[in-house]
Parts: sequence; structure tokens; C-alpha cells
Amino acid sequence: MRRAGGFVVLGSACLASLASAEIPLDQRKSGADFISAATRAMQEDDTANPAMLSTLDGESMWNEKAGGAQKSCGDCHGPAPKSMKGVAARYPAYNVARQAPVDLSGQINACRTDQQKAEAFKPESAQLLALSAYIGSQSRGLPVSPPDDARLASFRARGEALWSQRIGQLNFSCAQCHDDNWGKRLGSALIPQAHPNAYPIYRLDWQGMGSLQRRFRNCMSGVRAEAYPYGAQEFIDLEVFLAHRARGMPVETPGVRP
Amino acid sequence: MDRRCVAALLTLACCAPAAAASLQPYEITGDAIVAPLGGTRGDPAKGRAIVVDRQRGLCLLCHTGPFPEQRFQGDIAPSLAGAGSRLSEGQLRLRMVDSTRINPDSVMPSYYRTDHLTRVAPAQRDKPILEAQDIENVVAFLVTLRDQPSLKETR
Ligand code: HEC
Ligand code: HEC
Ligand code: HEC
Repeated sequence: MRRAGGFVVLGSACLASLASAEIPLDQRKSGADFISAATRAMQEDDTANPAMLSTLDGESMWNEKAGGAQKSCGDCHGPAPKSMKGVAARYPAYNVARQAPVDLSGQINACRTDQQKAEAFKPESAQLLALSAYIGSQSRGLPVSPPDDARLASFRARGEALWSQRIGQLNFSCAQCHDDNWGKRLGSALIPQAHPNAYPIYRLDWQGMGSLQRRFRNCMSGVRAEAYPYGAQEFIDLEVFLAHRARGMPVETPGVRP
Repeated sequence: MDRRCVAALLTLACCAPAAAASLQPYEITGDAIVAPLGGTRGDPAKGRAIVVDRQRGLCLLCHTGPFPEQRFQGDIAPSLAGAGSRLSEGQLRLRMVDSTRINPDSVMPSYYRTDHLTRVAPAQRDKPILEAQDIENVVAFLVTLRDQPSLKETR
């Protein structure tokens, strides 16, 4: 009864707010456009970018043998600058075995467990971030290129719905900040458009590296919502949607943030 | 269907409206709540302290206002200066209690509502952002924010 009533009310509210505030493609700005000139200079200079340490760790891990298979990533894939060029730019991608999209960290862990026969890396572990940053940096300058794959469509739609859903005690959707109010100040913070093209990043405030999902979790706690756990399907769905939203923008991994 | 509708339907599908637990009852008359929540008007000085507190009031995350000592005021929302001239006490109270009654798309949080919210963090679940007396303190302060035409003209 109550639910039926709710549909009617919401239905008409929806008609009234047809003006969806999706950012036009030519008005998209990378997160680097919302940080200070000093932080941006740090990101753009490899000798000053604090994320390069982690990226270099990733490079050495690429060639370390591990697990029951005693194989390194490089043993199967060859040198990353060749084999991993453009790979991060098209993740998340559909994984047939899981019948769901996996993001880059998920694919790295799939190779850890299925190929190397080693234990999966923990979310936000230094190793997982290092390999993600190293593989990500092989796509630097290339356009974000989400696969044109019909199997991703329902996940992307779900991610878009999550993006637009008001959550938390403060009752905010991601879209209300990042589509409707980007460029404005929330207290001292300049609201960026929330593109995923520089992740993982080094965040000065964290004094360390962090994934896109760590950023999602921060935004969710910011609006006093219960954040999803790392690796949750909801986060992957959001990532699928955000990759689509950022299609064509150049990859900047590894980024630096304040 | 635009994506807000999808989101709205999603909310409906997953969450039964939470019981408005321990909230004081109130009556909306037109675009106002005339009577103070809990029956007692507030203290403007306490209200000001809440308004500038970024953990409690959060107002300056979005609003600017006549608070020269406060750095980093937001610019998502109009200035609070003169709010008491533009709006009556009762209108200010409804604005605080549930801004979505005035504008369904408002980003201003509903400070005294615990239902129709989704995924509220456990620590805040079923709690309003501000308690009734603090709403009254803030309203009492907002009422004092009168326009000063002479000042405005010289700006
Ligand atoms: C109340 C406003 C607000 C809401 C709601 C919000 N964010 Fe954010 N978000 C921010 C701000 C502010 C930053 C930048 C923080 C900083 O770097 O200091 C940010 C940063 C980000 C970034 C990083 C962008 C970059 O270039 O590094 C991503 C991605 C992001 N948000 C995604 C989300 C998602 C997904 C949601 C919904 C679950 C969400 N945000 C909800 C305010 C918000
Ligand atoms: C025993 C061989 C083997 C090892 C060792 C291995 N992989 Fe893989 N990897 C594969 C195969 C086979 C695929 C493609 C099939 C799949 O998706 O699992 C793949 C796919 C990938 C992909 C996706 C490539 C694309 O084009 O979409 C990435 C990224 C990747 N591996 C990273 C790694 C990393 C990082 C390591 C080391 C931690 C590693 N792999 C270790 C065999 C291996
Ligand atoms: C997340 C952003 C946000 C926060 C936090 C916020 N507001 Fe607002 N407020 C708005 C917006 C946006 C409007 C403009 C009307 C609308 O969109 O609903 C507004 C409108 C108002 C108005 C009506 C202004 C007018 O002149 O008509 C008052 C009064 C007000 N807010 C007071 C407050 C107070 C007091 C607080 C803190 C207790 C607060 N707001 C917190 C966003 C916010």
C-alpha cells in the first residue's frame, strides 16, 4: 500500500527532474585540474612524484617468482611495457569465469591465485597497490577505453543507479557533488568531477598510496553512509560506470592528491 | 527514464521506511513549522556555535555567511546573511527540519528526519543530524540574521 503510493509520488517527482546533470564530454576535467599547481607539478615529474616509489616496487615485483607455480608475472606476460600497455585503460573488464566484471586489482589477484598459485594480495596492501600502479603507468597518456561489451551493460546501469542514489545521514548522492557541484567549494575542498584516470594515487594526507575504492569509501563516510567493503560488487559496478563516464580521457596513473 | 528515477526506485525497492524513532512531533502549516520543536525556543548564541561547527552544524561546508572569523566557507549554497529577513521563524524551522519538503532536489540535509534515508552509517542510524533543542538554537540564531540595507548598499 505504502509502497504503491511511493511509486506514484516518486514517478511525478522524476518527471519534474528530467534535467539530468551529466557532464558534457567536452566539459570533463581531470582531477589534476582541481589540485594546487605544486601538487600537480609533483604528479607530472617522475623524480618528484611520491607514487613512483610504489610504482618501482611494482616493477621489481613483476619479475619475482612466487607461489606454488614459482612463476613471476613476467614469466608469462613478458616485459610489462609491451604486454601491459593499454591494459589498465580498459579495466574493469568482463571475466568469463566469474560471470562479472573484475577491476585491475581483481585481475591481478586472479593471476596470483589461479596462475601463480599464491595467496591473493589483501585490499590496499602495498603489493597490490604497487602492481596496480606499475601496470596502470603502462597506460599513461592513453585514453580510458572501457570495452564495448554488452555483458557489461547491466553492471554499468547498476553503477549509474548507485551513483545517483542519495545515501547516508547527510543524504547525498555521488552525482549531487560530482555532476552538479564540481568546481565549487565544500568547506575548504574543491569538488572534482571524480574521474578514475589517475588511480591508484599517492595522497599526501594519507602519506601513502590508495586505490579508487579507498576514495569511494572516504566519500561514503563523508556523507555518513556505511561504506561498502573493499571488492564489493557495488564498487566494481561504480568503477564500470566511472570508466564509461571518463572514456577518452588520458590515463595519468600514478596520480598525486592533497 | 532519467537516472534519478532509477535511483529513487532502487531506494524504494531495498528499504522499508525506517520508523521515525524518538523525534518530537511537529506540524507543517503551509511552508512552515510554526511551533518550536519540544515547545521551547532556543538560544541564539548556542545556535551560532552550532552553525560554525563543521562537525555538528556543517552549514559552512555549503553556505557562506556573516562569519568573518571563519575561513574556508563553502559556495554550494546561498549566503546565510539576511536569512532572518527573508524567511519567518516557522519557515526557517521547516528549512532546518526537512529541506526536501521545500525542494525535493535540495542538497541541504534534512536535519531532523530519520526516515527515507539509505545506508546510514551504524553510528548515526535512526538519529537526526541535530537534536530538537539544537534545531531550536539554530533557528533562534538564524532569526537574528537580518538584512542591513545600509551595509549592503556600500558593498
Ligand atoms: C558531499 C560531496 C561529495 C559526495 C556526496 C561524494 N564525493 Fe567524491 N569527492 C568529494 C570531494 C570534496 C573530493 C576531493 C577530495 C580531495 O581530494 O580533497 C572527492 C573525490 C572523489 C574522487 C577522486 C577524484 C580524483 O580526481 O582524485 C572520486 C573518484 C570520488 N570522489 C567518487 C565519489 C563517489 C563514487 C561518491 C558516491 C559514493 C562520491 N564521490 C560522493 C566530494 C563528494
Ligand atoms: C602462469 C602464467 C601467468 C602468470 C604467472 C601471471 N599471469 Fe596474468 N594472465 C595470464 C593469463 C593466461 C591471462 C589471460 C586470461 C585471464 O584473464 O586469466 C592473464 C591476464 C592478466 C591480465 C589482464 C590482461 C588483459 O589484457 O586483460 C593482467 C593485468 C595480468 N594477467 C597481470 C598479472 C600479474 C600482475 C601477475 C603477477 C602477479 C600475473 N598476471 C601472473 C597468465 C599469467
Ligand atoms: C550540503 C549543503 C548544505 C548544508 C550542509 C546546509 N545547507 Fe542550507 N542550503 C543549501 C542549499 C543548496 C540551499 C538553497 C536552497 C535549496 O537548494 O534547497 C540552502 C538553503 C538554506 C536556507 C534558505 C536560504 C534562503 O535565503 O532562502 C537556510 C536558512 C539554510 N540553508 C540554513 C542552513 C543552516 C543553518 C545549515 C546548518 C545547520 C545549513 N543550511 C546547511 C545547502 C546546504
